[in-house]
Amino acid sequence: MTTIAPPVVRTKEPTRSSGGRSGSVVWMALPAFLWFIAFGIVPLLGVLWLSFTTWNGIGEIVPSGLDSWKATLQDPKLPHAIWVTFVIMALSWAVQTPMSILIGVFIAARKRYREFLAVLFFIPLLLSSAAIAITYKSLLDPSFGLGSGLGIEALNQDWLGNSTLAMATLIFIVSWQFIPFHSLIYQGAVRQIPTSMYEAAQIDGAGRWKQFWSITLPQLKYTIITSSTLMVVGSLTFFDLIYVLTAGGPGDATRALALLMYQQGFQANLMGPASAIAVILVLVGLGLSLLLRRLGGRSDDSQLEGA
Amino acid sequence: MTNNPMSRRNFMGLAAGAAGAAALAACGSDGPSDTTGGGTSNGGGSGGGASYWSLSGPPGEPVRKAAIKRFNDANPDAKITETYFQNDAYKQKIKTSLGANQGPTMIWGWGGGGLKEYVNSNLVEDLTDWFGQNAAVKDKILPSSFGAATVNGKIYAMPIETVQPIVLFYNKKVFDKVGVQPPKSWGEIMALVPKFNDQKIAPFSLAGQSRWTNMMWLEFLLDRTAGSEVFDRVFAGEKDAWSDPAVLDMLTKIQDLVKANGFQKGFSSTTADSNADQALLYTGKAAMMLHGSWSYGIQTANGGNFVKDGGLGWMNFPPVEGGKGDPSNTVGNPGQYLSISSKATDAAKETAKKFFSTTLVDDQEKEGWVKSGGVPVLKNSESLFTGGDAQFLKDMAGIANGAKVFAQSWDQALSPTAAETLLDNIAKLFQLQVSPQQWVDSMNGVIGK
Repeated sequence: MTTIAPPVVRTKEPTRSSGGRSGSVVWMALPAFLWFIAFGIVPLLGVLWLSFTTWNGIGEIVPSGLDSWKATLQDPKLPHAIWVTFVIMALSWAVQTPMSILIGVFIAARKRYREFLAVLFFIPLLLSSAAIAITYKSLLDPSFGLGSGLGIEALNQDWLGNSTLAMATLIFIVSWQFIPFHSLIYQGAVRQIPTSMYEAAQIDGAGRWKQFWSITLPQLKYTIITSSTLMVVGSLTFFDLIYVLTAGGPGDATRALALLMYQQGFQANLMGPASAIAVILVLVGLGLSLLLRRLGGRSDDSQLEGA
Repeated sequence: MTNNPMSRRNFMGLAAGAAGAAALAACGSDGPSDTTGGGTSNGGGSGGGASYWSLSGPPGEPVRKAAIKRFNDANPDAKITETYFQNDAYKQKIKTSLGANQGPTMIWGWGGGGLKEYVNSNLVEDLTDWFGQNAAVKDKILPSSFGAATVNGKIYAMPIETVQPIVLFYNKKVFDKVGVQPPKSWGEIMALVPKFNDQKIAPFSLAGQSRWTNMMWLEFLLDRTAGSEVFDRVFAGEKDAWSDPAVLDMLTKIQDLVKANGFQKGFSSTTADSNADQALLYTGKAAMMLHGSWSYGIQTANGGNFVKDGGLGWMNFPPVEGGKGDPSNTVGNPGQYLSISSKATDAAKETAKKFFSTTLVDDQEKEGWVKSGGVPVLKNSESLFTGGDAQFLKDMAGIANGAKVFAQSWDQALSPTAAETLLDNIAKLFQLQVSPQQWVDSMNGVIGK
């Protein structure tokens, strides 16, 4: 939901003088803003209110003060779900970021075969999470999956039934699904680095490796932050993939916050605690987003100093 | 490159996403929009049309469809519209839709704790008087099926379809190949486990991700070791009712079976809705499976000639050495249940009642369920047990009628809140993530909830 996008002042080229025009375009954000209020703010307030009630989803909604919050915060399932969410977030970031940067840099070069490969890399992005989960679940089935089909015993691991392996498999599938997207962002960013910088570096005698570390990576700083924010915040909302793949199992090994929310609300009929978890999810997302923004530092600084 | 607007936008997206997931889903806006009849959305325009939701897949769906067709052909003015869902999906869908007043006229269910929750929220019609006036209808149905349809002494649902005890199925061909006999006790089960594992055959097939499948093991083991009284105390909400030494013993036995590789590799990621557990049995990759009697119909439909060629064997769960439970006891569904939504229009309710009193108790209905491999809840069906399925049907009727106690499945008997905690803890037990003592402690915490 790209909603109250602040007026897009600086887009492709970082221009140093950008002021003056923002006042006249504010009204253009109005439709998006109204949409956001209706489908973002109003449900959010609804959930906040529900978190102070007791409701089984089908009967009367009874206000019950802090009962739902107390039940949620005392439930040992909550810290476990937060831990699982954090593990998924950290591992999927750690796997995706270096891979995306490398692939992004690789496909940024204007060579025919690389552009062809870029199209292939893009394919996982076209599939829905549920379809990906169903496909992987069938492929990884120890009895009827790829391993038995091809007769390769090494592929016949208990991929989704062993707690540690299930988490690793999940990270792999998440990475497989989202690396293409982040590669695309890096590809665009790498192409915007002025070639004059590389030319200057070449004259100074810097090799490829040195150029990558001293020019490409520092120039990608803000792209890395953007992409990381997308990854980190996006990993909070992984639901469909995990739900179809493992349903939070085996046991509770992959039960992230979003799954806990669903199970409490729609399986255990405890809408109050489920709403409390939803509020926690929003707060965690808000905190992470602000933190990453802070890490980015002031964006007014020029990246092209000395170029 | 500026990144700040971007990150704020992400946050807003997340806020909307998370809040939307909870709030919008609760609105039930995802209910099927094509249900024209029934519910409150109907408006009563179409001459009393009613809607009906039920479960998809063999063996039940074709029989259900045939019933609706018979009724619609006979009543062109007041037709029933039908929608079918997968088992696990239906359980969620029906709750959400009822909460949003988008539910069907006829609510299909399992009775017990789920029905009780509908009753407490005034969502279903009290049918006690109707059954009083239509004693002929009531007389056609097995009396034992009414237990799970009764809440506080009043009947809120009509027992329909089949009596489904849970039985131990086994693949005779695999037993012949390994040269062993079906187990007659728990000790023999544990002795069979290594023999099958040596031949690279899983001793038991289990759809562990669906969780209620694991629960069937607890139900039988607890009944065989301690009798049905222990769970009765839990059901009655008695404090610390799980703290019976028999429960610890039963849980330990289950973990012993898991540790001995009693279930197929990857059992905790196998789902019942995909029938993968059935496939393991009829393809000979597993030797035995504890499952509801409806499994017979699935294996007949999906297993090629497996059932026809006599490959499938079945028996009541064997006794446990030194156990106090009556080995004739069984667990399962004493019937399926159809309730009428109290929110439906009067015309739709009339249509539903007509469906109850005509089509659902007619001879074709009885015959249809027998042909699907099930024992109908309708009386006097024994004469229909002919052909290849006769022996199975006779045995199922024998188990159902001969049981000293026919207990309802725990997750259906308990309230949804307690059932969710139960299933969650059972999944962890099979995954060896909790010890028997931890299991008892956390289950005691939700007694009576």
